[in-house]
Amino acid sequence: MKKLKVLIVDDSAVMRKIVERALRQAGLEINEVLEASNGAEALVEVQKGSLDIILSDINMPVMDGLEFLRNLAKLDAGKGVPVVMITTEGSEARVVEALSVGAKGYIRKPFTPEQVKERVTPLIGSGK
Amino acid sequence: MSSTMNRAPGTPVRFEASWKTILECAVVEVFQMMAGAHLQQVPSPPDEASGHHTAMVGMAGVLCGMITIRCGDDTASKLASCMLGGDAASNQSTIRDALGELCNMVAGNFKSKISTLADHCMLSVPTVISGEDYVLETAEPSEGFRVAFSLEDSLVWVSVVIHT
Repeated sequence: MKKLKVLIVDDSAVMRKIVERALRQAGLEINEVLEASNGAEALVEVQKGSLDIILSDINMPVMDGLEFLRNLAKLDAGKGVPVVMITTEGSEARVVEALSVGAKGYIRKPFTPEQVKERVTPLIGSGK
Repeated sequence: MSSTMNRAPGTPVRFEASWKTILECAVVEVFQMMAGAHLQQVPSPPDEASGHHTAMVGMAGVLCGMITIRCGDDTASKLASCMLGGDAASNQSTIRDALGELCNMVAGNFKSKISTLADHCMLSVPTVISGEDYVLETAEPSEGFRVAFSLEDSLVWVSVVIHT
């Protein structure tokens, strides 16, 4: 399996580490993990190119996950990069909105490494 | 954050004693899935909660209140290590943040199990108090409950306080 370049977007540094750990525990081969603490920082990372997948929180300061998705759709570098939302939100409306503006799936916290793998694996290489 | 919290519409939801079971389920699930920790409920816990770290997450919207998790330093360190890997426990800031994230997930999991809350109750970012010499006062009238769990030889306290 191809080694992945992953972008993890969350305003909590601890949560970014938890997500990275879950990806590794799930047995996914990770080449590089980039981190961003909000959507605006994530857009900067996306423009550097060659990402395989993005995992993003919804509720973040500065630029939330939904606005990030809308802006990502306008970037050439973002085209074809699948985004999976990771959220504590119980709100179906926010999840549905995320899916309608480009997210390819979502993971609800709490999650297991197996659940992360289930969501991420089908999307690897799907957009390229 | 306040603008997000003020957005929640809907009719106020009344506190229900049956939520205690839902909270217990939410807590066990979060600790198991995120830290691999098997919590056992303590049927007759001490009257007073204790522990060096208290994480809090506020709820606002159709229900206003707070969820807290309180535990000792060793327990918080162990949980952080289980969540993040071996060296996490060497950093106090990381330990506090990990406990805050657990509290955030417990609050999110709790409200997602109650259909009337899921779409109309917002959560605050977590806050963590370190130290034992404090009293937490909430606006009256309020109702709530507290549950104690054992984790190895330590206690983990989880409480819900709802402003009524």
